[in-house]
Amino acid sequence: MSSTHLRHYWTAFRTIVTKEVLRFARIWVQTVLPPVITTALYFIIFGGLIGERIGEMEGYRYMDFIVPGLIMLAVITNSYSNVVSSFFGSKFQRHIEELLVSPIPNSVIILGFVFGGVARGLAVGVAVLLVSLFFSPLSVHNAPVMLVIVLMTSILFALAGLINGVFARTFDDIAIVPTFVLTPLTYLGGVFYSISLLPEFWQGVSMLNPILYMVDAFRYGSLGHSDFPVAMSFAIIAGFIAVLYSVALILLNRGVGIRS
Amino acid sequence: MTPALEIRGLKKTYKNGFEALKGIDLEVAPGSFFALLGPNGAGKSTTIGIITSLINKTAGTVKVFGHDLDTDLQAVKRSIGLVPQEFNFNNFEPIGEIVVNQAGYYGIPRREAWERCEHYLNELGLWEKRKDMARTLSGGMKRRLMIARALVHEPRLLILDEPTAGVDIELRRSMWDFLTRINTDGRSIILTTHYLEEAETLCRNIAIIDDGGIIENTTMKQLLAKLETETMVLDLSEPPPGLPEDAPVALRQVDELTLEADIRRGQHLNDLFRVLDQAGIRVQSMRNKANRLEELFIRMTRNGQSPSHLTPGASGASEQPENQA
Repeated sequence: MSSTHLRHYWTAFRTIVTKEVLRFARIWVQTVLPPVITTALYFIIFGGLIGERIGEMEGYRYMDFIVPGLIMLAVITNSYSNVVSSFFGSKFQRHIEELLVSPIPNSVIILGFVFGGVARGLAVGVAVLLVSLFFSPLSVHNAPVMLVIVLMTSILFALAGLINGVFARTFDDIAIVPTFVLTPLTYLGGVFYSISLLPEFWQGVSMLNPILYMVDAFRYGSLGHSDFPVAMSFAIIAGFIAVLYSVALILLNRGVGIRS
Repeated sequence: MTPALEIRGLKKTYKNGFEALKGIDLEVAPGSFFALLGPNGAGKSTTIGIITSLINKTAGTVKVFGHDLDTDLQAVKRSIGLVPQEFNFNNFEPIGEIVVNQAGYYGIPRREAWERCEHYLNELGLWEKRKDMARTLSGGMKRRLMIARALVHEPRLLILDEPTAGVDIELRRSMWDFLTRINTDGRSIILTTHYLEEAETLCRNIAIIDDGGIIENTTMKQLLAKLETETMVLDLSEPPPGLPEDAPVALRQVDELTLEADIRRGQHLNDLFRVLDQAGIRVQSMRNKANRLEELFIRMTRNGQSPSHLTPGASGASEQPENQA
């Protein structure tokens, strides 16, 4: 591949990401504000009111324990929903054709949408982090682990959102996965509790949930506590990213949902 | 010279079994203004969809300026600008950004993209509206936006699928002037339209597609020469005393002040007017009943009739467009 091609692809990538960022920034009342308000309510109700009665979790104040999980919850849902709604919207209004007629490789289209989703995930994650400072002091045990885990997690769920968007034919289709798959997995992924509290059988079941490892590794980066080795979490997330990226690329190359 | 577009044996069968294209061959010379006409469902949009890689072909080859769609897709895409039939931009995006983003997809840096955007939006009278959301534009403005978007990467071949649908006459003519100008500058243009006057005015070459096959591919001049009979409408200044029996053409009275005359190729209007004058019929004005290309188009595409029906000697009452279903 020549340097001219690489320059063109870089410009195309930046264009898609810029477009995606401007898209969610224009409608920040719908995209950024609601998760911040919802998470603030979690902090007040679960962390503050109920958490006071729970006491400590794994040696930490309950409020401090749930902060990393709630940040990850916001990152996961926003990375996912940004890409699924943007990609499906571009199919619905047919402006996906702007990309399909242009000489952009499918890999660049995927990366453009994914990093648009990452941008929203991180923007909301930072907003939630700032809100959390009203309730809990900022705790950083290992900043690089925190940053890399949050970045990889948002990439993973942005890819998942893209695949959902490829298959979606109606607005219902883009709501089903977040409602019936993503939300249960996230809530059961150790956001509000340590899995050591669960009976052995349910601990085993929980270990099939990839979100558990993301929340756990992020919590390690913040508090220094983890239920699993951080390296294992990295490996699992990287594996999922590789699989989902490959699936997304195959789907786009075959034109599933976008070409007759 | 390498053709702007070269199609050989192009077939498309959709998943539901519908055979949209049955192996078409088509060649468009570089620099030409080419009309691709056909009734609804004939295969025009499928052909354009395949050329622009929005639709996967079943068989055949497509080359754009010598670049093969199968082996050199990037070069094919860079060579083409598409103005689709349906509006296909983000309604919730400012129009300047729509054009600039399209340039970005072709690898054009943002500053240069804005310069090009300014040029084309100015040419099409939209620069003042660059910050407006696309949804606020009128139908005609949306059409012009799609033309600006299609041109921003300076394609050598511009494909326009019904570009003036729903556009008022004044605006349509200004778009014709613009398209003629960019064609004169050397850009090849393929146009599909239902306004046959538009095709006749703008295009030098024409292909007619019907039922998934090309039924005519020639120059506009040669095609129009095939027209055997034209129907002229004569507006009278006063009711006629009666129709002359020795009129050299088929003549009929439509209403009190209107006559229609079927003029065959080779007949002189002077003979008709002499007879009308002798009969005391005063003609105030005269016009074609239908656009010439329209007459041909209707005859050629109805019931899968072949162009041979248009050849001299094959004329008859059943070929009169106004008599056919």
